[in-house]
Amino acid sequence: MYHKLTQEDLDALRQILPKDRVLTGDEILSDYYHDELSGTEAEPEVLVFVLSTEEASAVMRYAYEHDIPVTTRGAGTGLVGAAVAVHGGILLCTSKMNHILELDEDNLTVTVEPGVLLMELAAYTEEHGYLYPPDPGEKTATIGGNISTNAGGMRAVRYGVTRDYVRALTVVLADGEVVHLGGKVVKNSSGYSLLNLMIGSEGTLGIITQATLKLLPLPKKSISLLIPFPSMDEALDTVPFLVRSGTNPTAIEYMSQDVILYAQDYLSKKFPDTAHEAYLLLTYDGQTPEEVEHNYSEACKLVIEHGAIDAYFVDTDERKKPVWSARGAFLEAIKSSTDEMDECDVVVPRKRIADFIKFTHQLAKEQNIRIPSFGHAGDGNLHVYICRDGLPEETWKEKLAICFEKMYALAGEYGGQVSGEHGIGYAKRPYLAELLGERPIRLMAGIKDAFDPKHLLNPDKIFKLKE
Amino acid sequence: MNIVVCIKQVPASSNVKVDPVTGVLIRDGIESKMNPYDLFALEEALSLRAKVGGSVKVITMGPNAAKAVLTEAIYMGADEGILISDRRFGGADVLATSYTLSSAIRSLETEDRKVDLVLCGKQTTDGDTAQVGAEMAEYLDLPQYSNVRSLKLKDGTNDALEIVSLLGTDILTADIQLPCVLCTDAEINTPRLPSYLRKCAVDPKLDELITVLTLDDFIDHDPTHYGLKGSATSVERIFPPDKNEEHSFLTGDPRESTRTLVESLKTRKLL
Repeated sequence: MYHKLTQEDLDALRQILPKDRVLTGDEILSDYYHDELSGTEAEPEVLVFVLSTEEASAVMRYAYEHDIPVTTRGAGTGLVGAAVAVHGGILLCTSKMNHILELDEDNLTVTVEPGVLLMELAAYTEEHGYLYPPDPGEKTATIGGNISTNAGGMRAVRYGVTRDYVRALTVVLADGEVVHLGGKVVKNSSGYSLLNLMIGSEGTLGIITQATLKLLPLPKKSISLLIPFPSMDEALDTVPFLVRSGTNPTAIEYMSQDVILYAQDYLSKKFPDTAHEAYLLLTYDGQTPEEVEHNYSEACKLVIEHGAIDAYFVDTDERKKPVWSARGAFLEAIKSSTDEMDECDVVVPRKRIADFIKFTHQLAKEQNIRIPSFGHAGDGNLHVYICRDGLPEETWKEKLAICFEKMYALAGEYGGQVSGEHGIGYAKRPYLAELLGERPIRLMAGIKDAFDPKHLLNPDKIFKLKE
Repeated sequence: MNIVVCIKQVPASSNVKVDPVTGVLIRDGIESKMNPYDLFALEEALSLRAKVGGSVKVITMGPNAAKAVLTEAIYMGADEGILISDRRFGGADVLATSYTLSSAIRSLETEDRKVDLVLCGKQTTDGDTAQVGAEMAEYLDLPQYSNVRSLKLKDGTNDALEIVSLLGTDILTADIQLPCVLCTDAEINTPRLPSYLRKCAVDPKLDELITVLTLDDFIDHDPTHYGLKGSATSVERIFPPDKNEEHSFLTGDPRESTRTLVESLKTRKLL
């Protein structure tokens, strides 16, 4: 169906871009064959690095004219195979488009190229007294990638997710035409929101080459609370009370003792407290110390009433570091505790988290497999990991399939969704199809056709294209 | 074991500006916190108390606002706090500070209740001299070690500690007789966090738990031994240090560059 690249095509691409940004064969590091987790692996026929919207547009126009599939890639930190060129073709990397273009303090926006890393954006905005609230754990991800997966993160409870902070996008369409979606406006009732269609579309509708993001004034005071509980049930049962308490927490994370111990081993750094089975980690921030103190004091009272063993203050940089660096390392720590693992990033209504976690414990016992988890208790987004621990290939595949099937089925039953923040990519397509049903997938396919009639943009991601 | 931990209130931000004209730290509007290095000393004290029993007192010198760090230490588990506060202590240099602290520690002792162990952090983040612990030991006439990475009661005794100290490229293990002064190294433990329940329990009786000492409470009342008058040095100028950002690029053969990189990381003790 797709055109295989010939020497002529490569020569043409080298007319569009300098030779050192058009790589083939051995010049392409194997890192570009895969992402961080999913096991999806494919070799692109050519890897190109673009530096501008015009370059991306020129490459796309050529690809469109010659029926070459194009997969866009940022830092490659995805977890579901979205940035893997499963049909070969062109892997178009935007990681070198990494400039912060403008800080507009009157409209409270920052305009960036897609290759800017989340940690670079956070440092830049904080330095200027502003906050870009989305806070996914993977700080070396690019903003382009964050927008493409509608990344969430730990502050979603109070501030929402990436979608809530994208004001405008410049997008290269499948035929190479460039469109500007949205604007520096707070309200917008102007027809279908193409901007919102682009967010979370995982490179299947267009190539994001510029983004204008909404900022907030940087909170002047921030404190976290580490709260031990005798059991995970008690910890998670407290969450709905916290959410409706009016204390307005920024983050409500849950973590179990076993996962904290993995992080301790992985970082060779002791966590301040590991004596208890389950923990909640809350953050409160605000503009005045009084406001923050009032809110966290109320939260302390509430958690003690609901069975917490204590509440510890994580109030200075040196106290935040060991706690949050461990929290940030959970994924890598679990990864290093086993030979292979796969992840389930479901999101369920908050009230169902405790039941879902309990179910994963039963499943672990029943399948005799290790299933650690952690996640965002405040927004119902769980990160559940199934660890191979040396199982033979066939048994592993079998058990993995059973675990995934059962977990996604339960998520559906609870009114949840397949992915809270990592996206669907290549690896989670069957579960999305199963959970959404035929009609919604057909609607998505219709949108895909409207944007990309030749199915060149990251084909076969999110859902399988009809032949 | 009666343990005293010396702590200090310092600016909470590491980006404190220095007034270019007067050379004085601009503290206005800057929040304060406990000197981060002191947290390690306090954690060692609390862990030791858990093993051998006894009490942990925290002591600090400063204005009334410095009670905040004593309170914080009590929330972490210290039994009592001592604030040394007197206008006559103002303007003290390192030597006068050491003498003031040693006088305060002496004044805490009674005939049948001596201080067994004084713990200090490595240095403060605002003064950065790392001298007070050692000088205080001189005034107290007690043995002292710096850069202590671990300490425990010596097996079979109750009046000596076994310590490990990092001295540049060497590691020193030693037994030290109590009473003594030890300055802990940084990052030797993960300090426990202040507790909400302890806060609830101690808040109503904080006034009883925190004692304020003035010059009048000391054995040596001579005001010329303290503060500016008791200082052997005076500050001529304070200025922010030059930023020293060293970059080196390794180019050429990747194997050779890798070897050089590994060697360089080893030299810096990062590997």
